[in-house]
Amino acid sequence: MELLNLFNRKPSSGNVAKDRLKLLLIHDRINCSSELLEMMKTDIIRVISKYMDIDETELDIQIGQTKSEESNGTVPVLYANIPIKNMRKAGNQ
Amino acid sequence: MSEVIVVTSGKGGVGKTTTTANIGSGLALKGYKVVLLDADIGLRNLDVVMGLENRIVYDLVDVVEGHCRIKQALIKDKRYSSLYLLPAAQTRDKNAVSPEQMQKLCDQLREDFDYIIIDCPAGIEQGFKNAIAGADRGIVVTTPEVSAVRDADRIIGLLEASELRNPSLILNRIRMNMVKRGDMMAMEDVVDILAIDLLGVVPDDENIVVSTNRGEPVVSDPSSLAGQAFRNIVERIIGNDVPLMNLDVNDGFMGKLKKLFGIGN
Repeated sequence: MELLNLFNRKPSSGNVAKDRLKLLLIHDRINCSSELLEMMKTDIIRVISKYMDIDETELDIQIGQTKSEESNGTVPVLYANIPIKNMRKAGNQ
Repeated sequence: MSEVIVVTSGKGGVGKTTTTANIGSGLALKGYKVVLLDADIGLRNLDVVMGLENRIVYDLVDVVEGHCRIKQALIKDKRYSSLYLLPAAQTRDKNAVSPEQMQKLCDQLREDFDYIIIDCPAGIEQGFKNAIAGADRGIVVTTPEVSAVRDADRIIGLLEASELRNPSLILNRIRMNMVKRGDMMAMEDVVDILAIDLLGVVPDDENIVVSTNRGEPVVSDPSSLAGQAFRNIVERIIGNDVPLMNLDVNDGFMGKLKKLFGIGN
């Protein structure tokens, strides 16, 4: 069985469980549903679009975690990767 | 100084009642005066696990509603003279008592007992709120499964929100052979994810089924691994520093021999 595992590169089910759980708890702990995230995304697009041209299709917003600066633990963080197409609007200001 | 401890989990079927029965029996084995309080109104089971189901006359709701005195409802354990059970009502529901009534009951029990161990129902509704109302500390039981750990995380949050700071964790039903081959989350993973103190790890043990069948808590069985795990947990509850037992599977002849003589584990 273990020899077989060497050949098929599937991660062990224990690790799969751990990773699924970590992701699940990030969302549980901050009490943020996917609808809420979607609403936030729409608002962010609207605000940023006022000042610059952004690539909405490539936009990536998600909640992850990062090392806390104060303690040893991790804290939830909002990642937003927003590709800018054109700064033209900023120049008009 | 008596202490009220609530045993909780969120998810059902992870071993709350078995844990309550074994912690209570283990404390009584050490000579403490202990009362087990079944807060799972409507779905009582602690009486069955303790083998006391035939002795129930009055229950928790009778006490709260004033139909009898506390002493009349307390059932003396078969094996330990300092251990008592206050059974839940079977024909009522969680709303039959309020958190204030539970708190009052716990305070009354403090006068006569060193430890009051409360078996909390599954879920996060009224029954949970009642069970934790009079408690000084919380124990969270979980198994190494995604669903159980997720619920445990939620419970930890709710306990902390109700001023029950620093709950501790019991990881139940761990199977070291599965952990070794990577098919079960390891103790370190679960503790890391939940970020709370570990009170103990209980191996998955067939003796639990046998002892539950008989209505005799496994903590008094010297040859059972789970029994040893519960004895260690009891030591930690009373403040003794006991190292985690070695759960490494050793199915060889020597391993079995060691287990037989109760050494090495």
